[in-house]
Amino acid sequence: MMRLALKMLMGDRSRYLTLVIGLSLVSFLFVQQGAAFCGIMARISKPIEAVGAPVWVSDAKLQSIEESRPLPDTDLSRVRSVPGIEWAVPLFLRIVQVRLHDGTFQNVRLFGLDNNSLIGRPPHMLVGRTSDLFAPDSVILGSSESDRLGGPKVGNTFEINDRLARVVGVADAARDFVGNPYVYTTYDRAISFTPPQRKQLNFILAAPKEGVSAEALASTIRRATGLGAYTLDDMRWLSIDYTIRNTAFPVLFAIALLMDFVVGMSVAGQTLHAFALQNERFLAALKAMGTGQLTLALMSVTQGLTVGLISFGIGSGAACLFGYLTGGGTGRLSFYAPWQLMAVSFGTLMVICFLSSLFAIRRVLLLEPGVVFRA
Amino acid sequence: MRYGGFYFSNQASYFAPSGRTGDLISLRKVTKSFGVGEARLQVLRGVDLDIQTGEILLLVGPSGCGKTTLLSVVAGVLDSSEGEIEVFGQRVDRMSRSEKANFRRAVIGFAFQQFNLVPTLTAAENAAVPLLIRKLPYAKALERAREYLALLGLEDRTEFQPTQLSGGQQQRIAIARALIAEPRFLVCDEPTAALDSEAGHQVMELLHQVGRKENRAVLIVTHDNRILSYGDRIAHMIDGKIVAINNNHESRKES
Repeated sequence: MMRLALKMLMGDRSRYLTLVIGLSLVSFLFVQQGAAFCGIMARISKPIEAVGAPVWVSDAKLQSIEESRPLPDTDLSRVRSVPGIEWAVPLFLRIVQVRLHDGTFQNVRLFGLDNNSLIGRPPHMLVGRTSDLFAPDSVILGSSESDRLGGPKVGNTFEINDRLARVVGVADAARDFVGNPYVYTTYDRAISFTPPQRKQLNFILAAPKEGVSAEALASTIRRATGLGAYTLDDMRWLSIDYTIRNTAFPVLFAIALLMDFVVGMSVAGQTLHAFALQNERFLAALKAMGTGQLTLALMSVTQGLTVGLISFGIGSGAACLFGYLTGGGTGRLSFYAPWQLMAVSFGTLMVICFLSSLFAIRRVLLLEPGVVFRA
Repeated sequence: MRYGGFYFSNQASYFAPSGRTGDLISLRKVTKSFGVGEARLQVLRGVDLDIQTGEILLLVGPSGCGKTTLLSVVAGVLDSSEGEIEVFGQRVDRMSRSEKANFRRAVIGFAFQQFNLVPTLTAAENAAVPLLIRKLPYAKALERAREYLALLGLEDRTEFQPTQLSGGQQQRIAIARALIAEPRFLVCDEPTAALDSEAGHQVMELLHQVGRKENRAVLIVTHDNRILSYGDRIAHMIDGKIVAINNNHESRKES
């Protein structure tokens, strides 16, 4: 009977195509909007992932990576004295302004790495070596958005706080939330690039000794120093949570997805309902011949879920192709479609189709099969 | 029955001998009314009727006299208001909706006046529907449907959709669908209305063969005078009551 149900549906080309096109569009919007949101959220944590240290230490009230709450230099020594620590180094991380040769200013994300170990350095260099940072005035440019600083070209120069910076290498770097170019240099040079402040150290990077977990070390640091200490993952979620709580992004995307759900219900509900109405006599005849209520409901649900499955394939495939063609999330348009997003989108579309098919068949279920004998 | 053991293994009670050799179907004081209050319309007014083994009963009467309502009530697709309806020893009027659905699936074959063929299915698929409802595998059901369609002269139309066929051909598909599961009780609403004389007689011959089999019965509502000779008895209905029943056998003997 399920096979017949599908033949009944697919034989009605116009309604079938209306359903598939409508639900594919719904699926496309779900995945595309969801991936855009996930992409934006993922970009918040890109600077954290770029540094990649297992434990981050900061002011206890830190809310986001975008905040600057400098610590006294003595805190570095305090952290180093915590049991279970392998190493701890300073990190300068702040948005600063660069003055270009044409007189324009551009914000950049300045990474000041430990003078000796260069811990937090970019993992993959495209041009040059990280050790080139030991040369005077040297900086390494992140590849993403580097065109804002005259392009990723070794030898280019610009000014930061009236001090010369010379590009000695180009690193592979992901785009962050606000799209600022990354500039890497040593810790001391980073401080010299910024106006003097009483406290300059905003993060301490640390690693646990062998046999100690990052979670355990972060907990020990918090207890021993009263500072904030986070694992890499905690640090990412701290920043993401802050953005979710303090920006309109989640509400805007939630409204878009809710509208998408409503449109999906309307398209699927109305079309399946019209299909059931059109076939009411035939379905009543099936009922008269002894088809049970459950079988009729299953036939309708089979039709709905099959259309949903096909539409999800088309819609999500189109959304992923769109994401790929627009730079795969590394370009200006953010796009990140983790399996959880695909699973939620699929589940939502199936719920739409399931509810719509039950809505469509309810009239037939209530119908007395005697109508088949009426002229 | 060729497929009896397979289809009806869990519905044996419908096919167990009823212990009666005479009436297979009996109606006593059956009434049916629609609406309430002043809008109430009584369509059946205490109908008494018996249909016997191996009998074809034709139900005739003017439009609006309640023929189709009576047919619907006997077949269990419409609830009666009052009265007793017994079909093969089962009290249809006491059955729940799901019991009626099971009963119809196991016992009754339907031929509708308006065919009710699904336009997006082929002739063979339409004819195979009762077997698919009984969960027979798709390929076997279609094979059987093609055999039945061939019996009705449609062997070269099995893969056509109803909209590609004439009214007469569509009616023959509907008849094939009614007969395919070899039901014990066949209810037909104007089965020859869309057929020319030759096709009409062909269909009636087939129904006649089915109705003649032991422990089977056929109830046909018709306005078609051409087929009256195929009925064993003819029940005349006026204003919701059976007013006369002619016995064709006796008429034939007398003549």
